[in-house]
Amino acid sequence: MSGGVSERWSIARRLTLFLAAMVAILALVSWYMVTSFAREAAGRTQDNILAASATSIAETLRSEGGEIRLELPYSAFSMLGALSEDRVFYRVAVGDEVLTGYGDLEGPEATSGEARFATLPYRDVTVRAVSLQRIIQRDGAAVPVTVTLAQTRDGVQTIAAGLSRQAAVLSGMVFVLAVGIAAFAVRASLRPLNTMAQHLATRGPSDLRPLRRQGPPELMPLVRALNRLMERLGGSLRRSEDFIAEAAHRVRTPLAVVRAQAEIALHSVEEESQKQTLRRVIRAVDESSRSASQLLDHAMVSFRADDLTRERLDLPALVGDVAEALRPTAQMKDIDIALDMAPAHAEGDEILIQNALRNVLDNAIKYSPAETVVTLSVRNGGGEAQVMVRDQGPGFGQASATQLTERFRRGDQVEGVVGSGLGLTIADEVLRAHGGRLDLTSNEEGAGACVSLILPAA
Amino acid sequence: MCVADLARRMRRFFAPLLGPLLASLLAASAVGAQDFEIEDRRTYPGTGADMLRVISTADLDVFEPFLLRFQSANPDLGIDYVAVSSAELHRAIRGGAVFDLALSSAMDLQFALANDGFAQSYSSAVTQALPDWARWNDQLFAFTAEPAVIVINAERFEGLALPRTRADLVTLLRDHPDRFAGGVGTYDLRASGLGYLFATQEARSTDAYWRLTEVMGRLDARLYCCSSQMIDDVASGELALAYNVLGSYAEGRLGLDEGLAILPLEDFANVMLRTALIPATAERVGAAGLMLDALLSEGMGNGPAPVLPPLQARGEVAASTFGPIRLGPALMVYLDRLNRESFLEAWDAAMEQ
Repeated sequence: MSGGVSERWSIARRLTLFLAAMVAILALVSWYMVTSFAREAAGRTQDNILAASATSIAETLRSEGGEIRLELPYSAFSMLGALSEDRVFYRVAVGDEVLTGYGDLEGPEATSGEARFATLPYRDVTVRAVSLQRIIQRDGAAVPVTVTLAQTRDGVQTIAAGLSRQAAVLSGMVFVLAVGIAAFAVRASLRPLNTMAQHLATRGPSDLRPLRRQGPPELMPLVRALNRLMERLGGSLRRSEDFIAEAAHRVRTPLAVVRAQAEIALHSVEEESQKQTLRRVIRAVDESSRSASQLLDHAMVSFRADDLTRERLDLPALVGDVAEALRPTAQMKDIDIALDMAPAHAEGDEILIQNALRNVLDNAIKYSPAETVVTLSVRNGGGEAQVMVRDQGPGFGQASATQLTERFRRGDQVEGVVGSGLGLTIADEVLRAHGGRLDLTSNEEGAGACVSLILPAA
Repeated sequence: MCVADLARRMRRFFAPLLGPLLASLLAASAVGAQDFEIEDRRTYPGTGADMLRVISTADLDVFEPFLLRFQSANPDLGIDYVAVSSAELHRAIRGGAVFDLALSSAMDLQFALANDGFAQSYSSAVTQALPDWARWNDQLFAFTAEPAVIVINAERFEGLALPRTRADLVTLLRDHPDRFAGGVGTYDLRASGLGYLFATQEARSTDAYWRLTEVMGRLDARLYCCSSQMIDDVASGELALAYNVLGSYAEGRLGLDEGLAILPLEDFANVMLRTALIPATAERVGAAGLMLDALLSEGMGNGPAPVLPPLQARGEVAASTFGPIRLGPALMVYLDRLNRESFLEAWDAAMEQ
């Protein structure tokens, strides 16, 4: 595996996590901004009230008979109590000489005409202080008088903390909502992909038709690439099947010529050893020809199974036709084909089913000793239609059904019999393509093999 | 301080209790020798070792029922009750005297204590139930609301239409100088913190105050330190009218003294809040909280009839839409040295006319 953990995560999960992280950052940033705005606004409100209050105190400053007098206005202090329940300290001083108030209160350095603010420790608490200066004429001289007013910041902090809490709750809600929407959006966006994947997954193993679904434009390159790949794959499969069929066909014709020449030679030679040789040649030619036929059959099965036609089949009629077709071959070995029919129907490709049955029956005739009976029976029950082929040959011995249906595999009782090992493979493939199966058992009535072709009943 | 009044009150309290109280009196003077003057002191030993130290401006004979009720609910707690004037209470707490609870009628001085960091915060279900105007910063709690009233001797007003506003009162006093000369009493603002508070708040609220003061000055008004003394003199007929008397004390005397009446004015009435705080020096904060809760829940009209006018009664006693004097930094304005000087100057000028 080349990727780390994150590459193994699903796109939906990655996208959702990414969006959630983004939303979380945004929520945090907005919460932080609201909090600092709230703190700023509350602080400014306090500053304004402090400044107004200090100004109204400074307004009462006056000079009387060489003395600087003032009267703290009631409103100056009552407005300080309006916003919050904060402690208030004040000091009015001419230079270092304290006129009234808290002598130890040191505010920010005041300049004339401008209120100066500072947050500073006083006694055991932190206060917000304002200082402003007013010039009073005393005995003809200009005297600067400083008014300092300080207030604790509990109220401001309570307001800011309350707003911050509300902002936090809102941010949290926005976060949850946005993540929910993001998760939904990601799922919705990826649905076409999932649908396509599902569509592909439920296809048969050899279904190479192009995808016809329309999806979002982002998916179309993938769809086109997939379609091109399947087209190439299909083409290459077809070419190899064609090649095999072509090869088998080309091999078969010269083989027929070789067989005919060998027959003629057999009749013209006198010497027993030469006849023996020619008979072996003919046997080998027969075997090759048969293999070529079966390769052709196999190619045909593969081709037709890809695009299965489904028609209603009358099984007794079909079985009868195949039996009639092979009866001459059977008679050459004095083998009788017995029919035992019950009405049964199945759905499928007639040519394929015929081919499968022919291969099985051909095998049965081939492996049966002379002057025996091969029985074909058709049964119907339990939702299945069944065609059984029983012979009185040597049976399957110890080999299992799986082994026997492998390509080019032959049973262990086949000495002296011409065969390619493709017959059962072909039958098995046909039945699988129809949703059925091939059952191999030994004949219950004494020796012999029993092959059942089982199809879903129609 | 009004020394004569103090001595009289002490006699009244001590006479029947001389024996058992002698010891505590000695202890009281030992504490008092530090830096503040004690008017009265009584200890109520509990079954446990804990002693809750209360400093208060409320007279013991008014306040004792509450203390006894509290002790029967908390028998293990002893109570050491020290009665002082409001100025002395302020001075004691500011000077760092160790008390667990400070109860005072001088809301401005109490506020200054809390503002300057001499109180500690306390919060309980009871304090949270207080109306906002009765609580400041979880440090100052109002447990009574008491109006300032005018007490008159009904006999001396015979044949006159009773005034209904301050303007009426000014006219009435001005029109009958011979009848009322020497017969009007009010607080000496220099001697009484409460009188000063009432005067400043009234001067702020109505312009009739200065005209009334001028008229009283012209009638040679007599100045007092304390409400009870004024009420005594009105009851005896020495005074025809006492201005700005603590309503709770006056009401307590109405039934006892013939001829004593409260003159209701429609224009305005000051309502003072009696407040409690737990000093920063308190050692038994838990016990102090217990007593504060008991005091406040009685003040809010829960439980037995309170010894002092509850907060709720404020509306009935004072048909005033002004509400009680607000707890807030504005209370510090008239405590300011310069403001006090200029107010008292103006008052002197009006009185001496």
